Amino acid sequence: MRAALFVTCVNDALYPRTGIAVVRLLERLGVGVDFPAAQSCCGQPQYNTGYRYETEPLVRRTARAFAGHEYVVTPSGSCAAMIRQHYPRIGRKAAAEGRGSELAEAAAALAPRVYELTEFLVDVLGVTDVGAHFPHTVTYHPSCHGLRGLGLGDRPRRLLAAVKGLDLVELPGAEECCGFGGTFAVKNPDVSTAMGTDKITAAAGTGAQVLCGADNSCLAHLGGLLRRADSPLRTLHLAEILASTEEEPLS
Amino acid sequence: MTGTYLGMPAFPDFPAFPAAAREAVRDEVLRANLRHATHTIRDKRAGAVAELADWDRLRAAGKAVKDHTLRHLDRYLLQLEEAVTAAGGTVHWAADADEANRIVTELVRATGEREVVKVKSMATQEIGLNEALEAAGIAAYETDLAELIVQLGHDRPSHILVPAIHRNRAEIRDVFRTEMAHWGRPAPEPLGDDPRELAEAARLHLREKFLRAKVAVSGANFMVAETGTMVVLESEGNGRMCLTLPETLISVVGIEKVVPTFRDLEIFLQTLPRSSTAERMNPYTTMWTGLGPSRGAEGDGPTAFHLVLLDNGRTDTLADEIGRQALRCIRCSACLNVCPVYERAGGHAYGSVYPGPIGAILSPQLRGTGSTIDASLPYASTLCGACYEVCPVAIDIPEVLLHLRERVAQGGPATRSGVRVTLRPADGHTAERAAMRAARLLLDRPGALRAGERLLARARRLAPRRLPGAGRAWTDSRELPTVAAQSFRDWWDRERSDPR
Ligand code: SF4
Repeated sequence: MRAALFVTCVNDALYPRTGIAVVRLLERLGVGVDFPAAQSCCGQPQYNTGYRYETEPLVRRTARAFAGHEYVVTPSGSCAAMIRQHYPRIGRKAAAEGRGSELAEAAAALAPRVYELTEFLVDVLGVTDVGAHFPHTVTYHPSCHGLRGLGLGDRPRRLLAAVKGLDLVELPGAEECCGFGGTFAVKNPDVSTAMGTDKITAAAGTGAQVLCGADNSCLAHLGGLLRRADSPLRTLHLAEILASTEEEPLS
Repeated sequence: MTGTYLGMPAFPDFPAFPAAAREAVRDEVLRANLRHATHTIRDKRAGAVAELADWDRLRAAGKAVKDHTLRHLDRYLLQLEEAVTAAGGTVHWAADADEANRIVTELVRATGEREVVKVKSMATQEIGLNEALEAAGIAAYETDLAELIVQLGHDRPSHILVPAIHRNRAEIRDVFRTEMAHWGRPAPEPLGDDPRELAEAARLHLREKFLRAKVAVSGANFMVAETGTMVVLESEGNGRMCLTLPETLISVVGIEKVVPTFRDLEIFLQTLPRSSTAERMNPYTTMWTGLGPSRGAEGDGPTAFHLVLLDNGRTDTLADEIGRQALRCIRCSACLNVCPVYERAGGHAYGSVYPGPIGAILSPQLRGTGSTIDASLPYASTLCGACYEVCPVAIDIPEVLLHLRERVAQGGPATRSGVRVTLRPADGHTAERAAMRAARLLLDRPGALRAGERLLARARRLAPRRLPGAGRAWTDSRELPTVAAQSFRDWWDRERSDPR
């Protein structure tokens, strides 16, 4: 089986380790990985801030970059939700505004082929034990787009629970938003910080060494707060934990 | 916090949401009050909803009834008018807040009275009725306990259901002690902050008003088109006193509150109490059809009934395909209680009687996106989706927020006073638009993107801890993510691509 990796712009520039982890993990599970170089940003920052027209070229670009790939895997719940839920809406609106059906068709063709990483592992590959080893105490923050947008349910937790040596502790108020919200973090910094502070306080209170998530943008916000507070708690993307093995532990 | 409450239509000087929220976020007492109250009620709501095996079907049914009614609103409103008239009531149509206030003021004047008792109502707050009556020399007394606390405290409501949610017991006691005497019966001495003592003080104070009042003003949770019946759901019974004791009853109700048949109430009498107070059934459900049972002879109920049907931006909202779902709202306040932004920012920051997620989509539609506060409200959300999940009529609040953000950021079609207009982008978005455009141009050219990434990687050691300009909002409280030495793209080329 082959899958195309949609690494996302945030991971590409700031968190390449997450993308590398996905490649290692998928290859270990026998999946060949393609990386279409024409890919870019999904357009979520533009769309969520109200710039639908500015988003359209990125919808077109993403659809083109992944045309012909049966499975498109991305280590970001919010980018997956953007493509699955909002691309078709953007396409339909463009059509309704008399600008042709091309965008709507491209969106409709791409949306069902896009999988968030944990969906791909659990639903497509049918695995929960990916053979990982990570001897640390971990707590998991389910990001809103994965949780409510995609309905990931307990897939991430099941994957984590099957990791050897990993002690998974529940995060109180886990389902509450961390306050990142894309440009919300900059447009409403006070509320965003208050929400994030409550989240890291809850996470630190679990006694975990690692705060794990499946969306690096939320983790950038929480990690930024943790480092400003000089907290020993570190943030890690789920993919990096799942990629870690006894032979090749996470450095 | 004091201040005169401003009516729904104009908020020219109200600061943008982020600025208004800043104060609330820093107020530890306020945040503790809000956190405690919202978390208690949200947990209870979840329990009350989980008790019903058919919740999803009730939710879908409520949505369907509301959508159907909204689609045929003109027809049902005419049917309602006919039924109310046949039952001895008089129907008045008000296009906006001013007209509604004028109608009510004239109706009260015609009775010769100088005071009215009020049943808690969002519609009358929306139009600023109390202030309009005051200007006409008529005193309006709120009789809902929380509303009374707000009124006595010269405060503004901060929650749909619990307007004084931001106040704790000690603060309430102080308000009662210092203010009750100015409005009627003073608070008993000594007065502690035990809830029962506070409730008793309010009861004595209000009783005097009920027994004296000749005119009552109310809203309604529902209006039934086929029978002309008005329905009010409440917890304390003060509303029922207002609805049955006075001789004249004036109800001001938004046109979207109509439902076609009496049977439709079955859905909402289950979903509303469970969503709002987490009760299986609310303690008081009062229904009245036209005049009292004796039609003006001896007996309970008003001898004169007036229904003021309020538009105030609703028809314009109805014209918007995506935004119109906000009119399904039954004002249960469940979305407020689960909203993490509301919990930190408090209700006042929304600059409207409708705070929280529903306020963020309703106010910019009813009032338009012209003012600073209204242009900022669609951004007062992280789009986390918790509000949509709990809404008993399935309003996709995040979808409407995105729709309104678009209206603010890039303009577009809207209906204002019945006229189709094309809105220009709101002021103050020029820099943001330029940034979005620049980002898009970069992101749409992988070659340029890669060059940018490499530049960033090379300069990463120079990255300051605190950024100027817009970036400050991030670095004031958070560290920046460290730029990787090598982008994923570059790693892939080196490791996985075919050797070139
Ligand atoms: S939007 Fe939905 S959840 Fe919020 S108050 Fe209205 S009905 Fe209740």
